[in-house]
Amino acid sequence: MKLKNSLFAGVAACALLLGGTTAFADNHTGGSITVSYKDDVSTLDPAIGYDWQNWSMIKSLFDGLMDYAPGTTDLVPDLATSYSISDDGMTYTFKLKPGVKFHNGREMTAADVKYTLDRVVNPTTQSPGAGFFAAIVGFDAASAGEADGLSGVEAVDDLTVKISLSRPDATFLHVMALNFAHVVPKEVVEEHGADFGKHPVGTGAYKMTDWTLGQHVVFERNPDYHIQGLPKLDQITFEVGQEPIVALLRLERGEIDIAGDGIPPAKFLEVMGNPDLESNIVEGSQLHTGYITLNTQMAPFDNLKVRQAVNMAVNKDRIIRIINGRAVPANQPLPPLMPGYDKDYEGFKFDPDAAKALLSEAGLADGFTTELYVANTDPQPRIAQAIQQDLANIGIKAEIKSLAQANVIAAGGEKDQAPMIWSGGMAWIADFPDPSNFYGPILGCGGAVPGGWNWSWYCNAEIDKRAIAADAMADPSQAEARIEAWKKIFTDIQDEAAWVPIFNEQRFTIRSSRLDGPEGIFVDPVHIPVHYDHVHISE
Amino acid sequence: MYAYLFRRVLQAALILLGVSFITFTLLYLVPADPARQIAGRSATAQTVENIRVQLGLNLPFYEQYWRYLTSLLQGDFGRSYLQKSEVGELIAARLPASLLLMVSAIFTELVFGVLIGVVAAIKRDSWLDKVLMVLSFIGVSAPQFVVGILLLYVFAVQLQWFPIGGYGTFAHLVLPSLTLGVLGAGWYSRMMRSSLIDVLTQDYIRTAKAKGMPSVRVIFRHALPNALLPIIAMIGIDIGFFMSGIVVVESVFGWPGIGQLAWQAIQRIDIPIIMGVTLVSACAIVLGNLVADLVAPFVDPRIKLK
Repeated sequence: MKLKNSLFAGVAACALLLGGTTAFADNHTGGSITVSYKDDVSTLDPAIGYDWQNWSMIKSLFDGLMDYAPGTTDLVPDLATSYSISDDGMTYTFKLKPGVKFHNGREMTAADVKYTLDRVVNPTTQSPGAGFFAAIVGFDAASAGEADGLSGVEAVDDLTVKISLSRPDATFLHVMALNFAHVVPKEVVEEHGADFGKHPVGTGAYKMTDWTLGQHVVFERNPDYHIQGLPKLDQITFEVGQEPIVALLRLERGEIDIAGDGIPPAKFLEVMGNPDLESNIVEGSQLHTGYITLNTQMAPFDNLKVRQAVNMAVNKDRIIRIINGRAVPANQPLPPLMPGYDKDYEGFKFDPDAAKALLSEAGLADGFTTELYVANTDPQPRIAQAIQQDLANIGIKAEIKSLAQANVIAAGGEKDQAPMIWSGGMAWIADFPDPSNFYGPILGCGGAVPGGWNWSWYCNAEIDKRAIAADAMADPSQAEARIEAWKKIFTDIQDEAAWVPIFNEQRFTIRSSRLDGPEGIFVDPVHIPVHYDHVHISE
Repeated sequence: MYAYLFRRVLQAALILLGVSFITFTLLYLVPADPARQIAGRSATAQTVENIRVQLGLNLPFYEQYWRYLTSLLQGDFGRSYLQKSEVGELIAARLPASLLLMVSAIFTELVFGVLIGVVAAIKRDSWLDKVLMVLSFIGVSAPQFVVGILLLYVFAVQLQWFPIGGYGTFAHLVLPSLTLGVLGAGWYSRMMRSSLIDVLTQDYIRTAKAKGMPSVRVIFRHALPNALLPIIAMIGIDIGFFMSGIVVVESVFGWPGIGQLAWQAIQRIDIPIIMGVTLVSACAIVLGNLVADLVAPFVDPRIKLK
């Protein structure tokens, strides 16, 4: 993120922490905007929605106990006014904001928070986020359907929720900011059953007033919103079914305000080179790393020297040129925006000669033949070809296996199927801005299981122990030490070269000239892609 | 007639059963695991297993197929894996748009196709005939997306006569109908021309001419009705073709029809939607053909349904 954005973010964070919205209060409110997307909006049920399109829509309809200051990764209380953590880090007590109303007019209470958490772990909900709540007491019984709810969540009184954990979890406040923990009203969920996602009712800044399948979804301003001065707009219309390239034309003509799918790759250079559009584009970082996994359980990648050689053989700058410079080169698993990113770490430098030398040390001076799996949508196969050429330079013959994304994911989840996978299109984007989220599923032993996402099948018991220890450092006073511990974990993993980190993708949002608001909210790292609550019209 | 109808409906039911079986089998064989897809990347093995059991994906193939078939007979297409809505509801929501585009595209095809075909047949072997047939040939062979994007660029982006895609008003309908209609007219005009030429060489036409009937009347009173027969059969096929989704044109123009739904579902391997759309399209094709066959005897009394 650019400097002025971070400066702004700081100001915004302070403003929010002071309980006001003074930083935004001057902007006038009202008006309506149109956002376009190619695909239909899938569900708006916060327990179920888990794609980058509905993620921030849900965040505008619902609220959690915690949220992030706009445009930043800084945690702030949202439906909670305050929280306290017991000395052992095992009990969290949240005080709720009084007088917060659901869109149906009913006041939100602690019982709703309990209902929400019970519902998300209930197996019949089929929530993809259930696993995030595993640290809460009673999770195993509740998620197996053996208990009615989480015994560790208690509504002490109308405005107090006490949550007990079975192990200290330093990421717990982030978990409470996830969409999956956003509060839903029991009576409405029960009324609509499986169709709650089509009839969402929350406490959020907007309420949904119309959903015409295949055509549009309309959000209207919630006049009773619990944060004064928000949202800025009266109405947002999300139109679906439009190709990104058509959306771009309509944006240039002023018919839509935000092209939800971004700038189509084929038009990227043209758009970026157009001086008329320069002020309409906002660039930001995201919590994303694109990488090649090297299957550490398959020969010859079980040999550290071979993995290091591959790390030195790949020319990352050339790959970034293939995607028109929409990324920055990566040298470690964590993206720069993530706390714990080590900016002093050097990693493996591009050096084909040294790579060749390492291969001969490994007894493979003549190279070897292997397979590189890749998703078959542009630009992934072109990137794979660049990697293939780089590997050929040091004598490794990689055959490209270009398959549908679901099939690549399936291959990665098998222990002995995919020696190398280029992660493009399926790469990890963090669920929440904490380094812990970049470990367990993709680099920890827990993810190295059939059907898992640890496609390197890298499992290091010693590092697993350090990871658990780091996440047990739940006391706020240990926060810094904890991030240091994670920093070291990731650079140690990179020394073992289980991945070839390639790049961190940048995000480019294109918006109409009449839209205003701090730049950070248009590339918000959490409210992806845009923090709708803070967008306003500058006429 | 009724025996014929009964036999055709029975045939149709068998065809649909076959289609459902083949589609279900193919989708069953796709290596993507629906339970894992629904569970998402952060799910525990337990969550995945639980979803698998709830959806019956752990059952043997024949049992899964049987379950699908029995709920289908009760009108239940199941729920989309990714959109979570009832598939029947998703398809129903998109039917009006598909029907509208179909009717308007067929209308455009007929107007252009029949007109060009008749003119070409009457002026057979003239320069006009040759020009029209070359144009028809281009219509038959031009890819929809090229023509669609061309029309969009010229009439919507440059001239700004029409909106750039979308749905809702008559103006939105013009370009997609033209794209489909102009291309389809290529088929119709060629068929119309050869059919009319065929009829014009028949004895009864010569007789009509010989008794001094004006040639306009000969063509419109005697020749055209008989030449229209293959066109009617063609409309029947077209209905099925259009109802199975006009994927490309719907995507280019952002038209909220069934083709767009199918395309999205295929990209994300949302099996219940793919199943539902396939069956509905198969139904439309079977019905379209049936209707064309039933209408034929009214146009040409020589045809008897047996």
